[in-house]
Amino acid sequence: MSAIRLEFRAVTKRFPAQRRGDAPVTAVQNVSFTVADGEVVSIIGPSGCGKSTLLNMGSGLDPATSGEVFVDGERVTRPNEHVAFMLQKDLLLPWRTIRQNVEFGLEIQGRPTADRHRIAEELLVKCRLQDFIHHYPHQLSGGMRQRAALARTLAVDPAVLLMDEPFSALDAQTKMVLQQDLGRTLADTGKTALFITHDLAEAIALSDRVLVMSQRPGTIIEEIKVDIPDRDNPMERRKSPKVGPYVSALMELLHIDQAAA
Amino acid sequence: MNAMMAQPSTQRMMIGSVLLLIVFLAAWQWLPGLFGIPAFIIPPASTVWDEFLHMLANDRLVYHTVITALQVLAGFVLGVILGMVVGFVLGMSQAAEFMLSPYILALQIAPKVAFAPLFVIWFGYTVYPKILVAVLIVFFPVMINVLGAVRAIDPDIVRLARSFTASRFQVFWKVEFPAAMPPFFAGLRIAATLAVIGVVVGELVGGNTGLGYLLTFGEGAGNTAMVFVAIILLTLIGIVLYAVIVAIENRVLHYLPARARKIT
Repeated sequence: MSAIRLEFRAVTKRFPAQRRGDAPVTAVQNVSFTVADGEVVSIIGPSGCGKSTLLNMGSGLDPATSGEVFVDGERVTRPNEHVAFMLQKDLLLPWRTIRQNVEFGLEIQGRPTADRHRIAEELLVKCRLQDFIHHYPHQLSGGMRQRAALARTLAVDPAVLLMDEPFSALDAQTKMVLQQDLGRTLADTGKTALFITHDLAEAIALSDRVLVMSQRPGTIIEEIKVDIPDRDNPMERRKSPKVGPYVSALMELLHIDQAAA
Repeated sequence: MNAMMAQPSTQRMMIGSVLLLIVFLAAWQWLPGLFGIPAFIIPPASTVWDEFLHMLANDRLVYHTVITALQVLAGFVLGVILGMVVGFVLGMSQAAEFMLSPYILALQIAPKVAFAPLFVIWFGYTVYPKILVAVLIVFFPVMINVLGAVRAIDPDIVRLARSFTASRFQVFWKVEFPAAMPPFFAGLRIAATLAVIGVVVGELVGGNTGLGYLLTFGEGAGNTAMVFVAIILLTLIGIVLYAVIVAIENRVLHYLPARARKIT
């Protein structure tokens, strides 16, 4: 068993009531799980179950009400260089070229210019954006912008990548291409990732394990190990006959059929 | 392709523009006479031109114009710096905005030019009252635009920067400051035209220098052409300032989609 990279230990998050007299809202209740080195774990659950809250606590932007989050055995109390996140919005800065955007995190961390250029250019080649290094974000398509955001996330060489529905704003085909890119890149770099999504097929295509969360207050109700080969090749994985049963099992757990009835 | 099709029409527009200017000048020269309007109401273009040359030779016109232009520049620069600083401070601190906004609102509603006599009482017939009125009048559009821009920044961008362990200053310098630039320049364009108003009002109220002084002098002497010359030169100062702002804006905001399209 390889080393544990990310660990949530009995994490609970409560938000103060919006109006006086209301009870505080418990977004996440007693969540514990670990992600091992090089593992990709997805979290799925109904909307509003606190998936994004988990990610915010993992990145150190929001403290947990109780419980602890560890990255590489170190307790996360504030943003740190071991974690990087990526959202549905690409959050590229319009006044920076693509390369400058990829260098954003490195620049904040005070890396020398030559290093920044080298790292950014390597990653942009990997993300097939080498012809757009000096373009501005608005000149790129949605899929390309999200690939640039991925390059920016990888540039700081984080121990753990936290991703919050990074592809949900893309059209179905672009999405599959980017899933393929991500699957490959994660496998190539051996990165550890926590991937939040509401797309069941995406969760199965990309991850080693899927954690299923309940309605608010969100807690983990099931852990499913995805036993399909080709984690580095989501495109191929999607074609596997085993995907169907996994999707059915997840639908069952999330009571999706009942919601439709 | 697009540019090739646009080329002849741009040229035609230029010709049209020049023709319109000629028509305008001709109308100014001869129409008042045709309608029997006396020269002390609307002096014809040639009279104004003669007056301009006369003023150059006898009334130290260059000196007065330079004085006014420098006051406009000083008031503009100081007002912009002040507006930018206050805009960022209020944008970043909820508490500061809450406490200061009533005063700022009151000052914004108060007609700024009405302060001119007060400033003359305080500082006498010097350059300071003129510059101060300009500062006051320039301050608001800049401050409001910067404040609005800081407020409009996507909080997720700030969170992204913070997740990369950005300090407060880095968030300001790498996110908030550049994000505020487009509205800031929109404020500058408005401020450029207002700065001239501020200085002229200051000069009208008191003093014996500047184009505003020549305005009142021309009025007192019943010299309408002189008033026309002063108005035209004041407009020119405003146009030059505005053009400089637009040129700087084009350089700084070259990344905006509309501009990038124009270049490529």
